[in-house]
Amino acid sequence: MKYIVQEGSHSIAEVIALCRPGLISAFPITPQTHIVEKLAELVSNGKIDAEFVNVESEHSAISVITGAEACGMRTFSATSSQGLALMHEVLHAVSGMRLPLVMVIANRALSAPLNIWNDHSDSMAQRDTSWLQFYAESVQEAVDLIAQAYRVAESRDVMLPGMICVDGYVLTHIYEPVLIPEQEKIDAFLPPYRPEYILDPERPMTFGAYATPNDYMEFKWEQQKAMGNAKRHIVQINTEYRELIGRGYGNGLIELYHMENARIAIVAMGSICGTLKEAIDRMEDVGLVRIRAYRPFPAEELRDALRDTETIAVIDRAFSYGYEGPVFSEVRSALYTLKERPLMCNFIVGLGGRDTRVGDIFELVKKAKESSEGEVTWFNLKV
Amino acid sequence: MISEFEKFKKFKAKTLPEEEFLASGHRACQGCGEVLALRMIMKALGKNVIICMATGCMEIITTPYPQTAWKVPWIHITFENAASVASGIESALKVLRRKGKVPKRHIDIVAIGGDGATSDIGLGWISGALERGHDFTYICLDNEAYMNTGAQRSSCTPYGAMTSTTPIGEKGSGQVTWKKNMPAIAVAHGIPYVATASPAYFLDLMNKVKKAALVKGPTYVHVYAPCPTGWGFAPERSIELARLVVETKAFPLYEVIEGHYIMSRKISKAKPIQEYLRGQRRFRHLSEEQVSYIQRRVDAEYEKLIKLSEMK
Repeated sequence: MKYIVQEGSHSIAEVIALCRPGLISAFPITPQTHIVEKLAELVSNGKIDAEFVNVESEHSAISVITGAEACGMRTFSATSSQGLALMHEVLHAVSGMRLPLVMVIANRALSAPLNIWNDHSDSMAQRDTSWLQFYAESVQEAVDLIAQAYRVAESRDVMLPGMICVDGYVLTHIYEPVLIPEQEKIDAFLPPYRPEYILDPERPMTFGAYATPNDYMEFKWEQQKAMGNAKRHIVQINTEYRELIGRGYGNGLIELYHMENARIAIVAMGSICGTLKEAIDRMEDVGLVRIRAYRPFPAEELRDALRDTETIAVIDRAFSYGYEGPVFSEVRSALYTLKERPLMCNFIVGLGGRDTRVGDIFELVKKAKESSEGEVTWFNLKV
Repeated sequence: MISEFEKFKKFKAKTLPEEEFLASGHRACQGCGEVLALRMIMKALGKNVIICMATGCMEIITTPYPQTAWKVPWIHITFENAASVASGIESALKVLRRKGKVPKRHIDIVAIGGDGATSDIGLGWISGALERGHDFTYICLDNEAYMNTGAQRSSCTPYGAMTSTTPIGEKGSGQVTWKKNMPAIAVAHGIPYVATASPAYFLDLMNKVKKAALVKGPTYVHVYAPCPTGWGFAPERSIELARLVVETKAFPLYEVIEGHYIMSRKISKAKPIQEYLRGQRRFRHLSEEQVSYIQRRVDAEYEKLIKLSEMK
């Protein structure tokens, strides 16, 4: 196996193809579009035996792949920002119907003002749709997450859809050397999708019935149980992938970097973690806890990883207006049961694609040391 | 001529299929014209079908968990997307068949929605599916308002009708717009088959549904569906109104085969529109002026249709 240097989107598309989806449907939106353009090309050249359905909106794209998935077919779509927001209504229906779709989200800010650059406000706004959410640090990780996401989503005791969140431009448009797994390896890792229930005239079933107050809560409880099961699978599938394909990422849920003796810990998700690692290499006492699986949320794992630190700086690339960063709220809540809690502060970083460099991280750590408990800082703000 | 029609055999009253695919015991209102139409549609379609349904009365009355009235595979996702779901299913079956993962036999993919799901909230989705050319049938069951939520106006509500969002008051006198011409919008997509039908002429309805299902490519059937609850008439009058609407020329029955309009039933001596409007609570406030406007417009619209049917 040798490294290939190509655009991130193309690497992602190639690995989607290796997972053998039968149907791909998408609507153009920057910065996602290169992924599905490449897939359309692969379908057109006969490299994948799939249908590519060009639709009139993202809402339709997800509706098309949901219909196909209900026939027992592995499917794919990708979107960003407004496109994901337009899909919102269907996202709930998909998870409620327990159809394990997988999508790549090329993360981009939401309007207004219109902005095509990267932050996490699009996928963060879908946090409560009962989709699994993974955040990639690099193109290599995005590539490796694809087969893993399908495996987790399609596990019999999970059957929930999943989003692979990949920072727009920073990862989708970058030329980064990557290792693309061989087809045989992916085939060995990811068996064909064979769900228990499908739309079939020989065995008629009703999909998407309505439930009264008498039954609705139990359906929702089942989804939460499935999220719990997913956590176990993510850990195990990360190990399996490491053994078979040679790469793993922390324990699958979180990844620790220089946390052994860290007094200050930074918690973050996505491509900013590459910059963080670079900066941490040049600092004393600072470590990184990278959240890889945001849903299901790794609360226990975070508690264990962070309990012995003095200061925790949580980086959010989205914001919950009227309060604070969503990752911060959750990390802080996860640590609440510790008898002695580290000081926790929140940094809102790089909304709408504002660049964060190594030097900025030094500044952020300095500011963290001076922060009070619960302080929220809009980092590098020009006011 | 569409070659699939060579296989088409008309239904006859004496030899109607006995098997029901929409079970009794569902929760439709007494005298519901929509569910009567749906039952006959399902008889016409038979067993090898997958139904994609929009949110609406027919969805709610047939699938209260853990019960279902459906003896065929059925899926509902959201209000507006039945045509997109059907697109996905049709495309998926194509691939699965090609890969030998499902039997080669034909399965009809049928999307069904009410007038709101069709002419309002789902119009873009339907347009997309018709334009893409999927092999599926879209059936609109038109009861002329959002009945599932308590009779709010849709773009298919007829002129003058009182609904809960076009109430009668000092200033309001019911729906101010003319009914949206959904069949014409479907025809504008250049699809091979479009038809209108009424449950009062159930053999005609079944034949049109069967033809629509037989044709390769997208097809559209617009079905008139009287609603005793929403329109305010006695439940036993459903079929009578479904006949009167045709006899007064307010809802003409026709087919559009590869762009050519064919009248299914030419009305030479039409009954006055008043006969249809009378006895419906939604129309009882109409002034003479409004009634005469409706009469003029109904006649004019019918004339346009006749002209279309005379074009070679």
